[in-house]
Amino acid sequence: MERLLILEDGSVFKGTAFGSDNFRIGELVFNTSMTGYQEILTDNSYCGQIVLMTYPLIGNYGVNRDDNESIIPAVFGFVVKDYCDQPNNWRSQETLDAYLKRVDIPGLYGVDTRAITRKLRDKGTMRATLANADADVEAIVQTLKETDFLHDQVKRVSSSKIFPIPNRGKKVVLMDFGAKMGIVRELSKRGCDLIVVPYNTPADVIMGFHPDGVVLSNGPGNPEDVPEVIETVRQLIPQTVVFGICLGHQLISLACGAKTYKLKFGHRGANHPVVDLRTGTVLITSQNHGFAVDIDSLKNTRLEMTHQALNDKSCEGVAHKDYPCFSMQFHPEASAGPLDSENLFDHFMDVLEKENHYA
Amino acid sequence: MPKRQDIHKILVIGSGPIVIGQAAEFDYAGSQACQSLREEGYEVILINSNPATIMTDTTIADRVYIEPITLDFAKRVIYKERPDAVLGSLGGQTGLNLVVELHNDGILDECGVEILGTDLHAINRAEDRELFRALMQDIHEPVPESAIVHSVDLAVDFCNTHGYPVVVRPAYTLGGTGGGFADNEEELREICEAGLKISPVGQCLIEQSIAGYKEIEYEVMRDAHDNAIVVCNMENVDPVGIHTGDSIVVAPVQTLTDRENQMLRSASLKIIRALKICGGCNVQLALDPQSFKYYVIEVNPRVSRSSALASKATGYPIAKISAKLAVGLTLDEILNPITKTSYACFEPAIDYVVTKFPRFPFDKFPSADRHLGTQMKATGEVMSIGRNFEESFLKAVRSLEMKVDHVEKKEFTGMDQMQLMEKIKKNDDERIFAIAQWLRNGYDMSVIVEETKMDAFFISHIKRIVELEKEMKEHPKDIEVLKKLKTFGFADSYIARNWDMKEKEVYDLRKANGIIPVFKMVDTCAGEFTSATPYFYSSYEQENESIRSDKQKIVVLGSGPIRIGQGVEFDYATVHCVETLRKAGYEAIIINNNPETVSTDFSISDKLYFEPLTTEDVMHVIELEKPLGVIVQFGGQTAINLAESLVEHGVKILGTSLEDIDRAEDRHEFEAMLKKLDIPQPQGETAVTVEEALVIAQKIGYPVLVRPSYVLGGRAMEIVHNDDELKIYMATAVKEISHDAPILVDKYIVGKELEIDAIADGENVFIPGVMEHIERAGVHSGDSISVYPTQSISQEVKDKIIDYGIRIGEGFHFIGLYNIQFIVDKEDNVYVLEVNPRSSRTVPFLSKITGIHMSNIATKAILGHSITEQGYTPGYHSDDHQRVFVKAPVFSFAKLRHVDTVLGPEMKSTGEALGSDVNLEKALYKALVASGVNVPMHGNVLLTIADEDKSEALQLAKRFADIGYGIYATKGTAKFLEENGLFVHYADKIEEGGDNTVVEIIRHGRVNFVINTMSNKTNSTSRDGFVIRRVAAENNISCMTSLDTAEALIRVLESLSFSMISMNEMGK
Repeated sequence: MERLLILEDGSVFKGTAFGSDNFRIGELVFNTSMTGYQEILTDNSYCGQIVLMTYPLIGNYGVNRDDNESIIPAVFGFVVKDYCDQPNNWRSQETLDAYLKRVDIPGLYGVDTRAITRKLRDKGTMRATLANADADVEAIVQTLKETDFLHDQVKRVSSSKIFPIPNRGKKVVLMDFGAKMGIVRELSKRGCDLIVVPYNTPADVIMGFHPDGVVLSNGPGNPEDVPEVIETVRQLIPQTVVFGICLGHQLISLACGAKTYKLKFGHRGANHPVVDLRTGTVLITSQNHGFAVDIDSLKNTRLEMTHQALNDKSCEGVAHKDYPCFSMQFHPEASAGPLDSENLFDHFMDVLEKENHYA
Repeated sequence: MPKRQDIHKILVIGSGPIVIGQAAEFDYAGSQACQSLREEGYEVILINSNPATIMTDTTIADRVYIEPITLDFAKRVIYKERPDAVLGSLGGQTGLNLVVELHNDGILDECGVEILGTDLHAINRAEDRELFRALMQDIHEPVPESAIVHSVDLAVDFCNTHGYPVVVRPAYTLGGTGGGFADNEEELREICEAGLKISPVGQCLIEQSIAGYKEIEYEVMRDAHDNAIVVCNMENVDPVGIHTGDSIVVAPVQTLTDRENQMLRSASLKIIRALKICGGCNVQLALDPQSFKYYVIEVNPRVSRSSALASKATGYPIAKISAKLAVGLTLDEILNPITKTSYACFEPAIDYVVTKFPRFPFDKFPSADRHLGTQMKATGEVMSIGRNFEESFLKAVRSLEMKVDHVEKKEFTGMDQMQLMEKIKKNDDERIFAIAQWLRNGYDMSVIVEETKMDAFFISHIKRIVELEKEMKEHPKDIEVLKKLKTFGFADSYIARNWDMKEKEVYDLRKANGIIPVFKMVDTCAGEFTSATPYFYSSYEQENESIRSDKQKIVVLGSGPIRIGQGVEFDYATVHCVETLRKAGYEAIIINNNPETVSTDFSISDKLYFEPLTTEDVMHVIELEKPLGVIVQFGGQTAINLAESLVEHGVKILGTSLEDIDRAEDRHEFEAMLKKLDIPQPQGETAVTVEEALVIAQKIGYPVLVRPSYVLGGRAMEIVHNDDELKIYMATAVKEISHDAPILVDKYIVGKELEIDAIADGENVFIPGVMEHIERAGVHSGDSISVYPTQSISQEVKDKIIDYGIRIGEGFHFIGLYNIQFIVDKEDNVYVLEVNPRSSRTVPFLSKITGIHMSNIATKAILGHSITEQGYTPGYHSDDHQRVFVKAPVFSFAKLRHVDTVLGPEMKSTGEALGSDVNLEKALYKALVASGVNVPMHGNVLLTIADEDKSEALQLAKRFADIGYGIYATKGTAKFLEENGLFVHYADKIEEGGDNTVVEIIRHGRVNFVINTMSNKTNSTSRDGFVIRRVAAENNISCMTSLDTAEALIRVLESLSFSMISMNEMGK
């Protein structure tokens, strides 16, 4: 069945439908990872976005029960070049099409994904929607132009209540802005006794658990959309160890007085080189972000930049000069992506050990 | 880290002559590396014996030594040049081995030469089985368990500990014979017992079997700051068990989840870090298709064939960057040469599918064992790029030039289930075609997966192709279907056959309906960054990225995959042509599909199109670019063969016109032309039936040379001596004889062979040199030892050759390069054997030794600049009498089982080496050594000589005896030599058994050379001769099948040695 991808600039791409037909308006973004479509689809940082994979063959290894990064995916649409309907992998449980239908995400294949990528690269990300072949394109383009980007994505994907993931190690509160399972896995692997809290949990409630440290998770959208969280983070920093990832990194920066801005088309992929400024070593990282911390704005704060993108020189990590607080724009939990920076979790554990030893 | 300031002069080691397993990829890597080092301001000294390469051009390094890559000669270079450092990791296994030898010799310490890139520890740890295992254990990376055993019980013990299945490999057996897989103790006992008996040292290797695992490769890079990245990952379509060089390979990996991929990626990075390599490294891993279990199979601590493929597949120039890493630069300070905006420290993201197909020499060696295993057999490869698997796969199939344009072989169409399964089980180069036929016949797909252990992903995609075929057949001339077929890579020619149309009609139908491909860029970043790389591939997509410029442009066709008869020499000529075009101000556009070569480096041309060399694919580029014309004369027969259909499409061929090409290639026109020019050629005629052939042979008299018309590299060419042989040839050697493709029957003239390469500008001719062959006519020119300047012909004969050469160039109106082969009989009559209206195998050799850059001059001639205008005097370029240059062929016989090593009219060599010195003997010595022949001053020679050659052989045997060589001979030969006063060791016949048979004498290295000639009369000893030659090949003992080669050898030995002749013998 034919299906359309309509962009706010009026361009229309005709392809073939798969997945569900739950069409929604979202921000069209591209990801350059060559493996890991399942992790990407289920990464809640994509909430409100239509994801286009630049690698053309998608669906090859199906979908399995283990590689999800969330239980309920929040992607608004999935666009690929060539969909594989006969997957093969020992862990595969269903086809990508069956999965998308089940979780009610619309898909599209058979379009020139490279042409679309180049358009987004040159013009920046755009509002877009999938639509039926007979849709009134003009009307849809008009709607796209008039529609604002979402501002409540974090609320949509954060857990609604506090729950524990018990263990016998360090007590860590994970503020869930749409946290990837990968973060939970890495912390659990290191024995952390986790308490997952919703995004709007106040600082005193968090500190009431007497945590050894707090992890601020990844999450979707503009960090400035959650001012209440910025305030919470500001209160947490002097009190405990704070480790931020992706959105968590942006929130720490904002809480410390820095600024964030929207990137033209973001960083989404598994091949982003990041320099650890303290050692000069380059890490190949997994990234998924549309916003970044303004390096100039760090000047008037107590934060110092610790990591920087090798290519566009944007800020990829900061550390607080006075408190045990540090954060990364990229994803040390990988999933999907390279495991080069996994040891940042070990670093977090070391800091927990040190800080709580003297406390 | 900045580059090293404490070193200034670097010795780079090349990989030497092309053999199976070490081919043109090292010309690409080596040239890149040398240029890269010079860019950084280092003085580069190069040693490489291969004259057919770009790497040995004097412009590539500050000093180029075309000398044998041996300890002896490398030491001489080091003493003379006194380099600060040596870089061997870009010269393949040859380069690494020489580094180790130089180190062990002590010269590196003595002269203070540092090893760059991959150091000695890394080489040893990667290459030594035990050290490698220990290292893997240290870093907790799994390797298959194995043990060396001397008894069956020990083998059983091993398996009781580590489990089954295992593979048993008897030590030191011919080509790995006698081993096998064992699934249980009973099988193990049986196989191991047999294996221990077969092994001359009574030893077997027992190894956990990982056959059937997925074979995954990672190309990794590391710098001195310990930054490490993966440039490309690749998945072999054929599972573990088939050498990756012989496997169909796709990039990136297709069937791995991110978890599997990252697990293997991390392992690969851990390994390169543990080895502390500064540069590139290839890691091969085996992954269980049913779990996360994996093993490290092999690590190549250097750039390799796979890294060349990865470079072309991603656009990331591994060798160039490796060289910079070797001198201390780090990945994060080197700009990515593709985007020029990002850095080399990143991992390419690709947005297309790459398919590599190996190119096998079995079309030339029908008797070869085609079974694929752990010994690589392919001579070359093709690569293709597409936006879906089917497109990429089918483009690769039609790039192969194996007379197929689709994954379909005529021979298989009639086969039933059993026959196809038998074919599939054979596991040879045609397996993929049998699988497609199996699916076409509607048989169960899961059986294939079970039998071949190929991932179902690949099989189901081939099934998709087969389903599309059905759709095609059901909807002839349907435009929508046509569009779909093209999107999935179907060739016009294949569609045309099925729709009963002409290929051009399909092409026109497509054009009329707007079904034409666009071109996408290879940019290392999946479109994320702006990039200006002029590297494109076609696909049936929406947006075209290849923008035509306003400059005047010329398209140059490359020569496709490396095969016997069409090697790296043609790439050399193509590259020089393109360079000249660019210098002359034209935009030079290359179309080629060989990932190993220099010509497909995107920085060589103004634009590179990585496409199959077929009419339709070439036309797509031409219609977009609208060039002034196309140059076909540098791309070997591949490009020449396209000339006619391109002209049909209205394309202008630059240089020698299509009519003049045909005049040289069409038998009748050629004869008529020579007659007109009054130039003699061996008497001969064409035949389409056996009867006709017999009549012709009677008329001109035996022996005759028979061959199909339009052949390359002497394929299916034979010398026949009587009616019976001729009948057999006509019945077996040629599959189809027709009026379009008749058989040529020529008088076989015994005599000297000579060869020229020349340039014509349409009026005048310039001949840089005449080359003389050591072997008499009958041995293919590509397999002959070739000498410049000529050594044994008179000035009169030479003048005649030059005169004929000039008259042919002028008479045929050649514009550009051409090559002529001559034969001179005992009466000094000169005949023309053949004229090739194109660049030839000897162009790089002749260009290098005369200093006349033939391809450049020819290109300028094609552009309309006369020879005179270019500053050359038409006629013959005077010979260089200061030095003698010898080109020796190099064979890959040890790797091609069942191939007869006897030299004949059919070309068998894969590469060549150059030796030069002040006299013939010294030059010959170097050429022989460089081509892998050991030339010891003392030793033994085994002679087994056909009756008709005995008197000639006696002279040789005497000369061997005079310098103190021991002589072994088979009974007949021995008796004859003994009767003539020589002391001879008798060698027993094979069937006599025991330790003294010819075979055992060779196997135990009791002789250094074998001289074996074949009788014209077919008899029972011919089988023995074959075995002798094979045993020699597999034991690395040089076997000369031509007495001329043997004579050259003895000349060299005599010059090295002292002769023992009494005064009496001298008659004083």
